[in-house]
Amino acid sequence: MIYQLPAIVLLLTLLAAPICSMIRNGDIAWKLAVIAAWLSVAASMALMHQVWGGNEISYHMGGWPPPWGIEVRIDELSALVLILVTLFGSLVITVLRESLRTAMRSHRHSLYYTTFLLCMASLIGITITGDAFNVFVFLEISSLSTYALIARGRDRRALTAAFRYLIMGTIGATFILIAIGFMYMVTGTLNMADLAVRLPEHADNRVVQASFAFFIVGIALKIAIFPLHYWLPNAYTYAPKATTAFLAATATKVSLYVMIRFIFDVYGVEFSFKQMHIDALLLPLSVAGIFIASLIAVFQSDVKRLLAWSSVAQLGYMSLGIAMVNVAGLTATVTHMFNHAMIKAGLFLCLAAMIYRLNSSHIKDLAGIGRSMPLTTGAFAVLGAGLVGIPLTAGFVSKWYLINAALENGWVILAVMLIISSLMAVAYIGKIIDVAYFKPAPAQHKDVKEVATSILIPCWIFALLTIYFGIDTRLTAGVAGRVAETLLGVGL
Amino acid sequence: MLVATVIIIIRMEKLMSAVLMTSFFSLIVSSIFMVLDAVDVAFTEAAVGAGVSTIFFLAAIAIVGRVSKPTQRKKQILPLAIVLCTGAVLMYATFDMPRFGSPDAPAQQHVVPRYLNESMAEVGPPNIVTSVLASYRGYDTLGEVGVVFTAFIGVFLLLGAGTRKSGIERTANPVAGVESMRQSIVLREVSDLVIAPVLIFALYVQWHGDFGPGGGFQAGVIFASGIILYALIYGIVPAQKLIPPRKLAYLPAVGLLLYAAVGVYGMLMGANFLDYDAVAHDPLHGQHYGILIIELGVGITVAAVMINIFFSFSERSL
Repeated sequence: MIYQLPAIVLLLTLLAAPICSMIRNGDIAWKLAVIAAWLSVAASMALMHQVWGGNEISYHMGGWPPPWGIEVRIDELSALVLILVTLFGSLVITVLRESLRTAMRSHRHSLYYTTFLLCMASLIGITITGDAFNVFVFLEISSLSTYALIARGRDRRALTAAFRYLIMGTIGATFILIAIGFMYMVTGTLNMADLAVRLPEHADNRVVQASFAFFIVGIALKIAIFPLHYWLPNAYTYAPKATTAFLAATATKVSLYVMIRFIFDVYGVEFSFKQMHIDALLLPLSVAGIFIASLIAVFQSDVKRLLAWSSVAQLGYMSLGIAMVNVAGLTATVTHMFNHAMIKAGLFLCLAAMIYRLNSSHIKDLAGIGRSMPLTTGAFAVLGAGLVGIPLTAGFVSKWYLINAALENGWVILAVMLIISSLMAVAYIGKIIDVAYFKPAPAQHKDVKEVATSILIPCWIFALLTIYFGIDTRLTAGVAGRVAETLLGVGL
Repeated sequence: MLVATVIIIIRMEKLMSAVLMTSFFSLIVSSIFMVLDAVDVAFTEAAVGAGVSTIFFLAAIAIVGRVSKPTQRKKQILPLAIVLCTGAVLMYATFDMPRFGSPDAPAQQHVVPRYLNESMAEVGPPNIVTSVLASYRGYDTLGEVGVVFTAFIGVFLLLGAGTRKSGIERTANPVAGVESMRQSIVLREVSDLVIAPVLIFALYVQWHGDFGPGGGFQAGVIFASGIILYALIYGIVPAQKLIPPRKLAYLPAVGLLLYAAVGVYGMLMGANFLDYDAVAHDPLHGQHYGILIIELGVGITVAAVMINIFFSFSERSL
């Protein structure tokens, strides 16, 4: 049982999906989806328990040893991302029934859960695999299911948003495929560990260099690293309410995980930074992304779009951590990946609850909501504090590491800029809090009531986790620190 | 030829002709694969690219109309620059590529020798492509079936098939402008002749994938094109009488589950996921049964997805 866990963690959701599609009754399908999702959380936790302290698990699919067969490889980093995907995915799927009730006719609910499970399964598949081509296969499933999820948004513009994402995503996926093909051409292997061994001797080969370029651009499209973030704001804005929470938490983070994996593990630190100088590209783009996206966020009047732009800025922090090329920086990236997934999913979920009652995400309509929906708004405020990075919240931990990393490199100006950018986050989150608590409610929203407990509980779980991980950082920064040391080859 | 075709497709304003040109494009690509000795791939490209996807495009045109609206032509420098850049990087890479078809290329040296030399003894099928696809990298293939399944679920979620009552008599043909198809004696006679052999050929490709080019993907597509051809000539109603859409909607999931069930069975027998050695007493027999069953799963999913998507498109266009 324990031995089969790497397969089980994927199979739970992957098998629940087709079964869900065959159940016509939406309620039963939902129950099945929830059970499968939460079981996969348990499996992820068990895997984390096994790899805790720096162990690795290797599982051979089909019983064929790598590089001939496909290997599943789990270390602390992948286990952390696994927990991220399964835990936050499960929290969202738990409220999905409530959220779908008004959004679409009931006979389509099962299909929606199926798509959601497929998306979750594929993200798990990407996270656990040790095979470069396998990454691409699961990336295809995740992309297709994401397009479908977004296109189901109520607004007609959801279709354009999904189509735009489809075009960008397909270009990204094709680039990644070209990169993998090039790597195979030079090394004759698709296994990631094997690639890592065989690539360095071809470091001067132009095919490898081109493959690196294609890979970085392709995955950056998927992560939405500035200036390739073009698809993200609309996709997040028009996707169905609760689904945005799931996508914001998981899809971009898993792509970021893939980027870290390839830059540090497959291509190697030596090649990525000493030879290709990826840091010289990522650094200015990240800083520009943080400032421009934050600035745009400050001026948004639609809260969903505001949070979407804030995501672009926060992704900038994560890529900035990579560009620092030191342990503190990478620790910040991995920690922030987890923390931001949690915070942003929580924020979108609270917002979904508000939209559920108000039927609008315009900032004007949120006036006075702090009094009519005190619990939801309370959770939103806590999570908002986390986004800004106030001490004792999770957001503070990751920013702390990031500023430390900047100082470690002697970049004082950058550290100051990071603090300024946090003030911009204060501006856009503060704007919402101000309206919610200190403006009188408009007449048509006088009798707005608190949402059902089944939605409130997940909102508050996110909020409490944000505080918890602001105090106890063993799972986040602790793991991230060890991972960063291993990836950078320090302390071995 | 390829480049010329692509330019023609881009310049064309009549969507119908553009679609036919894409079909032509796929045919050329498929013959290139053929020349490269990748028969299995050529097979798939011909069936999917030139065959079924063309029909999907036609069905889509039936919904949106046949002529593209004239778009404003702005001079867009940035996209052009990006395309040129990408091309330049590709060219840059070609200088260091191993010589085309060279047996010394790393791609032929590392994992391939074991596939070539050992697969007969380890897996069994004389068609090594099948061994790699279904056994060595069976997990990838499961993922690919997942991709096809996801596409199906996506289409159903968005178009909402199965929402209409199928009892309503529908006379119009799904593809606009070819309503007269049923009246055309030549078309009907020829298709009567062709459909049965197509279906039988699909079954042959399905079960013969161990020995020659073929397998579940190709067979599924060929089978689906047989049914789609029938629907095109005789109309969607008789086709749906033949295959009730409600039942058909279950089949993609059945195929995927069948594939995964083989893997889970291996796990229950104490081996790894998708290890067919454990399926029967003798490892070689296990591999043989395992591959047959998963290929069947692939075939069911692919055929059912294609027909399902076709049905839901044509229901839309009515």
